[in-house]
Amino acid sequence: MAIFRDTTDKNHSDRSSGDRLRHGQKVRKAIKDNIGDILSDESIVGKDRDKIIKVPIRGIKEYRFVHGDNTGTGQGDGGQKPGDIIGQSEDGKKGKQQAGDRPGVDYYEHDITLGELIDMMFEDLNLPELKQRDLRNIEVQTKVRKKGLRHKGTRKNLLALATQREHIRAEQGNQRMLDEIRNRIEVLRAAGNIDEAEQLAEKLKDHEQQLLDLRKKLKVKKKDNWIAIRPENRRYAKSKIEPKKHSNAVVVCIMDTSGSMDTEKKYLAKSFFFFLVRFVQIRYQNIEIVFVAHTTNAQEVTEEEFFTKGESGGTFISSGYEKALEIIKERYDPSLWNAYAFHCSDGDNFEEDNDKAVKTARELCKATSLFGYGEIKPLGAGYYGSSMLQLFKDSIKEPNFQTVLIRNKDEVYPRFAEFFAKDKSEGERK
Amino acid sequence: MNWTTEDLKNWHDKIFEKAVGFGLDPYEQEFEICDHEQMISYMAYSGIPSHYPHWSYGKAFEKTKTLYDYGVTGLPYEMVINSNPAIAYLMKGNSLCLQLLTMAHVYGHNDFFKNNFTFKSTDANYVIEDFMSHAKRVRGYIEHPFIGLEKVEAVLDAAHALSLQQRRNLARKKLTHDEQIEMVRDQFRQVADPFGSVHKREKFDDEGFKEAMEKNPLAPEEDILLFIRDNARLSEWEKDLLTIVHDEAQYFIPQIETKIMNEGWASYWHKKIMDSLNLDFGLAWEFAKNHAQVLSPHPGQLNPYHLGIKLWENIAKRWDEPSKGDLEKFGKRNFENADGSKKTGSNKLFEVREADRDQSFIRQYLTMDLMRELKLFEYAEKEQDGQRVLVVTKVPDDDNWQAMRDQLIASVGMSGVPVIKVEDSNYRNNRALLLKHYHNGKDLQLEYAEKTIGYIRQLWGRSVGLETVINGRRAICFVDDNGGFDIKPIY
Repeated sequence: MAIFRDTTDKNHSDRSSGDRLRHGQKVRKAIKDNIGDILSDESIVGKDRDKIIKVPIRGIKEYRFVHGDNTGTGQGDGGQKPGDIIGQSEDGKKGKQQAGDRPGVDYYEHDITLGELIDMMFEDLNLPELKQRDLRNIEVQTKVRKKGLRHKGTRKNLLALATQREHIRAEQGNQRMLDEIRNRIEVLRAAGNIDEAEQLAEKLKDHEQQLLDLRKKLKVKKKDNWIAIRPENRRYAKSKIEPKKHSNAVVVCIMDTSGSMDTEKKYLAKSFFFFLVRFVQIRYQNIEIVFVAHTTNAQEVTEEEFFTKGESGGTFISSGYEKALEIIKERYDPSLWNAYAFHCSDGDNFEEDNDKAVKTARELCKATSLFGYGEIKPLGAGYYGSSMLQLFKDSIKEPNFQTVLIRNKDEVYPRFAEFFAKDKSEGERK
Repeated sequence: MNWTTEDLKNWHDKIFEKAVGFGLDPYEQEFEICDHEQMISYMAYSGIPSHYPHWSYGKAFEKTKTLYDYGVTGLPYEMVINSNPAIAYLMKGNSLCLQLLTMAHVYGHNDFFKNNFTFKSTDANYVIEDFMSHAKRVRGYIEHPFIGLEKVEAVLDAAHALSLQQRRNLARKKLTHDEQIEMVRDQFRQVADPFGSVHKREKFDDEGFKEAMEKNPLAPEEDILLFIRDNARLSEWEKDLLTIVHDEAQYFIPQIETKIMNEGWASYWHKKIMDSLNLDFGLAWEFAKNHAQVLSPHPGQLNPYHLGIKLWENIAKRWDEPSKGDLEKFGKRNFENADGSKKTGSNKLFEVREADRDQSFIRQYLTMDLMRELKLFEYAEKEQDGQRVLVVTKVPDDDNWQAMRDQLIASVGMSGVPVIKVEDSNYRNNRALLLKHYHNGKDLQLEYAEKTIGYIRQLWGRSVGLETVINGRRAICFVDDNGGFDIKPIY
């Protein structure tokens, strides 16, 4: 006859938890792998950290051989005639070549906040060439170190060797004490104090019996002299949180805000600096950021002004570099500070300024650990404008000078990451 | 909750009595009462009590739970697994009426599992133990210090992609290696010649035979996972994983192959059983409501419960009261019992439930009238005004109903899975694996094909080619040793 089993009252284990965890990890990894694509789809500059973004997950489809065309049989209300449109295909909406209903089901979205996304993307990046300077006060992320022993702790932190050592020491002490008692019994006997000797002998016997019982209970067969490690002899690792100090650093952001920088170019440049500022703020706690905006002349601006500025006019790139040099000279002595300078421009410089620009750029290289030049040349912009990229590449040979070309919004993040992913080891060095 | 386990037991006895009275022949049945979280969990693992871990089940769980939490879908009332004894799950939150419906429905499935021919290939007595052993072995590999989760997962990911690429009709015996050799030999034997004494006798083509024997596989092989297991350079644990995935998929194939029949059968009998129980008005009313809900057609889609029960009801009706057309078509004797009495519907039902699968079931018993009653139509995706839309292409009229029926047959059961066989394991003399897609009018979805071929390459270890047809032209999709993908036309 049929059996009925009620399993709801039992504390049933949540057996899918392991697989759900693994799936969650896969989702996270998929997001991280596609972060460049995701960011380029979102206009993130100036957006709130808590804004929720819908992230399409493509990495964890379960692929199989499936048929591609979307035909099928359906049930209607009887009124359907050939030629009736009964709906839009899933693919039509997305405008992509996607399969029929089956594979489409696998395509789903995951919610994530902008903040999480940004944290995720900066995980592997570091300021390069961060060198030791005399004054050190940038606190970077703290590190947990094992330092010393403690008597209480979790099993995970149990130190086997130290515990063993402590155990042996305690046991030897114990043994010495027992020897002493035996001696004393002899002495008492010799002195004729039989009663007291008997009492002590009784206690000793009790003690030995207890140990024997314990061994029996624990079923230790081989070694007769085996003794359990007592809780008080256990030693655990003590961990200490140490803030790691890095050298001082300052980041100088220089942006071309001249008339030739149209909305699209400005958007790309601002995205680049947005990444830079966020990255520096998230990864390093005490780091100074200086903003310089230039047209034909340059001025230092606040962060807010920097990101909202819209100006017009001609371009003297050298003016921005001079301003940066001036700021570094005045406030950030290179012997004490690691300086980084980044400049974004469309490279549409007035020709009479080119020589001066190269000269000041080289000076800036000397004064900084890294000088990065990003040229914004959207593909549609044509080639009417002049380019500083080639000029800089030809005439500046300093190893700490780097250039990138950003042509569309898909390239902002990868180009940005190029600057910082290069020498991780340098940045980690104290 | 308006019931106790004692109530369920009492009702169960009545239901069981009716089920057996109607002629159902089920395995022993066990019912497990669970809550909705457990139910979602069982669904994620296809009802199997002990299953090996893989992230895809976590994904299935999250998906179902999200849909359930947002109220997009309800949970199924029942979940039965094909084992002896059969195990079914009853959700604690359901009302008494739903529990009765579920129990009656479960006996329908149970009877179908035990008697339909497609299930003969699964040994119901050892199903639970097999799954447990698989789970134990996979966990062992995951915990093994030299293997670990990452490696096991990589193999399982690839194997899952190929799990359904195997023989569909398990009732048909697979040729042994010796039989395959015999088949090849037959190709080179002389045809029986009545004038042998006059004709010059041709010799047995030794060369040709030898050449043919060098090919591996000797005949196109549909069990892709097993072929890779037996021919690729894999470690024992990898081979074991492939076997496990293959065996589990094989267990589910009969259920895929009989989805419409099985659900229809269970619905047909739950209706019959519940109607015969003389329920009081409250229960009867609630049952009618739930029954209608289960069978409500999904507009634009196909509800297998609805299609299934309609087909079964139609068979019972046609064989009980044969029409003139049917009498002419099948002959009078087909509508008479052995003792000469009429009303053969019931016998016919049991005969069909034993001997058919979805494809043959639809081919034989879906008539134009029934298609009209079900208001079926066929649709296809088309480009219209720059947008891709779904357009109705056919409705069941005299010209089209057979084509529609065939289209339906081509999409039920395992027909939805493209037929792909291993043709050669030394393609271009380079240990490349050559597969062939047996095109049935539907192209492969190429993104999916590319990724899946990638998985085959991962398991096979060398390059892999897949011969297929794209937009009416023969082509070969090729993944080379370095993983580069290319599609080339074949001239």
